[in-house]
Amino acid sequence: MITPPALRARVNVRSVIVWTGVAVAGAIGWGVLALCRGENVSAVWLLVAALGSYAIAYRFYARFICRRVLRVDDRRATPAERLDDGVDYQPTDRRVLLGHHFAAIAGAGPLVGPVLAAQMGYLPGTMWIIIGVIFAGAVQDMVVLFISMRRDGRSLGQLARDEIGPLGGAAALFAVFAIMIILLAVLALVVVNALAKSPWGTFSIAMTIPIALFMGFYLRVWRPGRVIETSVIGVALLLGAIAAGGWVEKSSLAATFTLSPQALVLCLVGYGFIASVLPVWMLLAPRDYLSTFMKIGTVALLAVGVLVAAPVLKTDAITTFAHTGTGPVFAGGLFPFVFITIACGALSGFHALIASGTTPKMIQKESQVRLIGYGGMLMESFVAMMALIAACILDPGLYYAMNAPAGVLGTTAQSAAAAVSHLGFSITPADLTNAAAAVHERTLVARTGGAPTLAVGMSEIFSRVLGGSSLKAFWYHFAIMFEALFILTTVDAGTRVGRFMLQDTLGNVWKPLHRVSWKPGLWATSAAVVIAWGYFLYTGVTNPLGGINQLFPLFGIANQLLAAIALTVATTVLVKSGRLKWAWVTAVPLAWDAAVTLTASWQKVFSTDPRMGFFAQRARYSDALAHGKVLAPAKNAGDMHAIVVNSTVDGVLAALFAILVVVVIGNAAWVCLRALRSPGPTPTTESPYVESQLVAPAGLIPTAEERRELAMAGTEAGS
Amino acid sequence: MTPSRLLAALRWYLRELTGENAYGRYAEQHAGTPLLSRREFERARTRQRDDRTGIRCC
Repeated sequence: MITPPALRARVNVRSVIVWTGVAVAGAIGWGVLALCRGENVSAVWLLVAALGSYAIAYRFYARFICRRVLRVDDRRATPAERLDDGVDYQPTDRRVLLGHHFAAIAGAGPLVGPVLAAQMGYLPGTMWIIIGVIFAGAVQDMVVLFISMRRDGRSLGQLARDEIGPLGGAAALFAVFAIMIILLAVLALVVVNALAKSPWGTFSIAMTIPIALFMGFYLRVWRPGRVIETSVIGVALLLGAIAAGGWVEKSSLAATFTLSPQALVLCLVGYGFIASVLPVWMLLAPRDYLSTFMKIGTVALLAVGVLVAAPVLKTDAITTFAHTGTGPVFAGGLFPFVFITIACGALSGFHALIASGTTPKMIQKESQVRLIGYGGMLMESFVAMMALIAACILDPGLYYAMNAPAGVLGTTAQSAAAAVSHLGFSITPADLTNAAAAVHERTLVARTGGAPTLAVGMSEIFSRVLGGSSLKAFWYHFAIMFEALFILTTVDAGTRVGRFMLQDTLGNVWKPLHRVSWKPGLWATSAAVVIAWGYFLYTGVTNPLGGINQLFPLFGIANQLLAAIALTVATTVLVKSGRLKWAWVTAVPLAWDAAVTLTASWQKVFSTDPRMGFFAQRARYSDALAHGKVLAPAKNAGDMHAIVVNSTVDGVLAALFAILVVVVIGNAAWVCLRALRSPGPTPTTESPYVESQLVAPAGLIPTAEERRELAMAGTEAGS
Repeated sequence: MTPSRLLAALRWYLRELTGENAYGRYAEQHAGTPLLSRREFERARTRQRDDRTGIRCC
């Protein structure tokens, strides 16, 4: 189609003006963040810097990668078109697929990491979230999605085996399983820490189980397929359950719902097992609808809230902990630990599993990888920015009183206030008690894990916009519910996926396990998965040094390790397909990610500082134990034993993860070198070219030319 | 965009996102042949979901 020169020129001028405006707005946002020190920086500037940068990156960098590096070709049929079976492979509208993909990638991760990283100040987190997503996270998601799409939607494990070899493939498969176990344990730990000793929270989360069951039966028995109607009822019941929690808290039922962390661990492990062996229509599917709607609704609400309330950041831009590495929330300096703590939202290896799972089998057009892969990750990054803002508008004294380990803070408002002033911040015991009373919690001391902090921040923002201080408690528990809801969905779905992997692997050794419908095998493998994450959850809950403090870095390392594997696969594919010139697009983020992961693992394994190195910690406590001494925060010999065992397990895992990365990268480097030295071209692993018959726009909004093509083809679903 | 068109677009999006349209599309594609009832169709759909749990990220 030929565009008249006059029209082309006019469009270009308008687009130049618009994009210059966007660039200037983003630059002003960054300028304010860079120059304002000390006084009253509004959170709105963080949003301006983020949104401006996202728009520029999406418009220019993502387009460059699509055209030059990946060379997307809309004349080529996607697997959804070629293999359309109405079940796995199904061409799906790009906007709908973006919704599915976003719901699958965004969970509690982008909400937890930034809250913990606020210990370093708002600037390091903001910079990593924005720069990381543009050059690493979104690139990884889009490139893996593209590579998998060109290969009939093969999984990351299969891609690693095909592109790197059996060793790389096996390492990738093992890494995926190990990471999932740690991920589930850490997420469950966030829930436990949010619900422990909180009858309101525990009641409303417990109510989600009967609500989901009701929705499941409603959909199955009375109104098959009417998902929207069912979800509306479910959300209404959910809000009712949150409101009812306030009443339960004051009633005689409060004692029933006041559970110790240990009791909550048992509940969660039991729930995880039962939920994962039940058919999906009963619990998982309805829960999934609920969490998707809650997720999208709450994030939108939060964005509006930040814009309307325009809260001021109270955290320093960069705190002293960034230099000293002695922060109470997690040990270690800015490099590498900010980049480990904020994984989801900037660069998350876990997304590679989704980008090589269902999404590539449903994409209509190759060019849509930009919207779904890159755009979806930008949306998650935006969620992470919201979480960072919610944490940074809190008074630092309150932030540390909530997020330092219980061993440091003690259990009373007085001991916590003293410990906070020891850290160099201040909060009075009365303020701490009042902050807890405002959200109807018994205490906010040492409520680690990020969820309670985020909830306090969100209740602060929401109550300024709607309802004032009278609704603060409702909003706090709304936020807790919002986070716990999709963590429980992840626990259910993750346990199932772990079980499939176990059935698949062990089925090679012992045939009957392969049969998905064989009940004893299903129960045994489910139990194995649940026990594995339950073990880490239990050690996290009982660890005197603080479970989040000890386990979160391990989770971050694991997630970034998976990203290293995904980026290695991507780089190998680029090199093998003769695109060495463009390999830096994934090789540079890979180099950065490998540096971060390996430095963090190295410090966690070899550091001689007991607060940092797992083995130094082990030596310190086991020596003391041998001399019959008890070191604080341990209270008795049992605590001492627990610390020794936990540090050993955690240290071995950190070392193992690092070795896996080195093996995969080393193997891939050798494969690349061989490919470069071989005289002929390397045989392609792509599926053969088939001409596409489908017509569909590439981006969110169809261009004028795409509209004409659609009109000619006579297809455009919906609006 | 007028409010009514916006509402229609939202409804279309939600129905697509949740899979409510799947039966309608199936009935359209298989017009003229004996159809499964809505109930049977939705059961078959959830059965397929049972052994294909998608992973959920953090």
